[in-house]
Amino acid sequence: MSKSPLACDWRQNWKKDRVAIAFLLPYAIFFVTFTVLPVVISIIYGFTYYNIFQPTRLIWFQNYIRLMTSDSVFPIALQNTLKFAIICGPGGYILSYLVAWMINEISSKIRMLFVLICYSPTIAGSIYVVFSVLFSGDAYGYINSTLMEYGIVDKPIEWLTDPNYISTVIIICVLWGSMGAGFLSFVAGFRTIDTQFYEAAAIDGLRNRWQELWYVTLPMMKPQLLFGATMSITSAFSIHQQTIALAGYPSTEDSVTTIVNLMVDYGYQRFDLGYASAMATVLFLMMLVSRWAINKLIARTGT
Amino acid sequence: MSEKKKVNIPVLNAIVGFFKKIGRGIKTFFIRIRRFLRHIFAVKSMRSLGGDIFVMIFLILFSAMMFVPMLYVICNSLKPYDELFLYPPRFFVHHITFDNFKNLSIVMSNSYVPFTRYFFNTVFITVVGTGLHVIFASMAAYSLEKIHFRGQNAFFSLVVVALLFTPNVTSIPNFIIMSRLHLVDTYWALIMPAIGSAMGLFLMKQFMSSIHDAMLEAARIDGAGELKIFFTIVMPNVKPAWLTLIIFSATDLWNNTGGVLIRTEQIKPLAFALQQISQGGLARAGVAGAISVLLMSVPIILFITTQSQVLDTMASSGIKE
Repeated sequence: MSKSPLACDWRQNWKKDRVAIAFLLPYAIFFVTFTVLPVVISIIYGFTYYNIFQPTRLIWFQNYIRLMTSDSVFPIALQNTLKFAIICGPGGYILSYLVAWMINEISSKIRMLFVLICYSPTIAGSIYVVFSVLFSGDAYGYINSTLMEYGIVDKPIEWLTDPNYISTVIIICVLWGSMGAGFLSFVAGFRTIDTQFYEAAAIDGLRNRWQELWYVTLPMMKPQLLFGATMSITSAFSIHQQTIALAGYPSTEDSVTTIVNLMVDYGYQRFDLGYASAMATVLFLMMLVSRWAINKLIARTGT
Repeated sequence: MSEKKKVNIPVLNAIVGFFKKIGRGIKTFFIRIRRFLRHIFAVKSMRSLGGDIFVMIFLILFSAMMFVPMLYVICNSLKPYDELFLYPPRFFVHHITFDNFKNLSIVMSNSYVPFTRYFFNTVFITVVGTGLHVIFASMAAYSLEKIHFRGQNAFFSLVVVALLFTPNVTSIPNFIIMSRLHLVDTYWALIMPAIGSAMGLFLMKQFMSSIHDAMLEAARIDGAGELKIFFTIVMPNVKPAWLTLIIFSATDLWNNTGGVLIRTEQIKPLAFALQQISQGGLARAGVAGAISVLLMSVPIILFITTQSQVLDTMASSGIKE
């Protein structure tokens, strides 16, 4: 008795939802299979030994135990990943915010040129390879030859093989390419803020543009800030092409090896896909935690 | 009075007139400069000139630094051989030559797989992947934003979180999925993940919220089906958004080298083939520059032509909690 109206309700709703779901389905299939499922898969395969050729074996936490205790490179990779994430994530984030803000301060005609130049590293593919020529370790490298010409150093610095310098070069290279979708979002976000707010703020006694940035603009751009943060987290945790192109793999003393580097090595070179999945799970966990923390942080700005 | 004014010495008049003219000229010149300055530095409230100049100088220096690698590649592609291997190395090109581009076409015509094939592969992957992504993501965004169904909020928050999981970090589990679906070594291994990219749906949905529901309601009352509404009302109104989706998706696919997902030489993309050529060592230094210029010119030209639409779309890209 009590079930029939519910069922009827369900059927009616289903009729209403049917169209919506039909529209959603084609995308949802691809989205779930190739964006959501990978995360689930890496959690599941993290508990197994899998190398494509042999049947999958369930080994529970052995991969994680191996990661934490017996792997000599993973702790270094973890450390490097965190180091890059902590420097390049917020660094690139703040840089793209400040540059977007400055671009907003000037007139619209030149503005587009600056946007293009700052964004082009992101779309230009593998141009970051050029950094390996600029920072080349011999006297032919541009940085080295300039430094030697002015007598600052008397012999070439091995930028890409000396562990003291590689990570700095990588950080410069990553920051150079950090003006991505988040940057565009900031540039566009500034344009949407109504100038009335600035006028009101001027009447309320804000004296200069720096105060205006802090008290008016920042709180009004929270949604864009969140989007930009998400983009920064992804790019900061997934640094791997730059380290391969500049320092090679494995780099000297693994000084710039990141988790993604190691993951790709175990996955595609050694076909230890279960172990690589465990690393991916650790990486996903770190990304989710930092996203949660940053959301909390941004929610507090301007309060 | 009028008599007095009539008395005039032509020479003096001419001289006074001349100076007046100069004075007026100088005045208009200064007004123009001021107008020009105001034009460059969009003058708002609380804007000090010192700050404007600081911002301008910083931006010019910063973008000059950002531009160095691109400039290096462009210069290298135009350098003749003897300038490529100078010591001390010279950054700028002195004698511009297009030999490197000619050499590139020679190298290309000698390859094991004809270059038209690589080119076709990339164009196919880019066009199919981008096209399906734009259509499917727009349909899904329409469903989430304008039709509404139970569970749509859950789905959308999943999409927002999934913005984190770009192909860079999911490559290993993605490879497992591809091999389980027997898709490794086919075009679809590159196309399918691009179709399901979270970014597209996210941007599209945020942008669609600017369409007024009243317009859709009116069409529904007139008896138009959802498909008709979608293609005749919604899609033309979100043109900036689908141009943006095209940029993002096409750029990714265009620069995709295939990696481990494509093994057969015949179906490898252009980016891979060009990468192989540029890894040919010192003798290919100039050709490598030419390749980089060719590869980067396509996405950059695409971006230049759609820049204002992209920025319009990104204005609504914020994540609202």
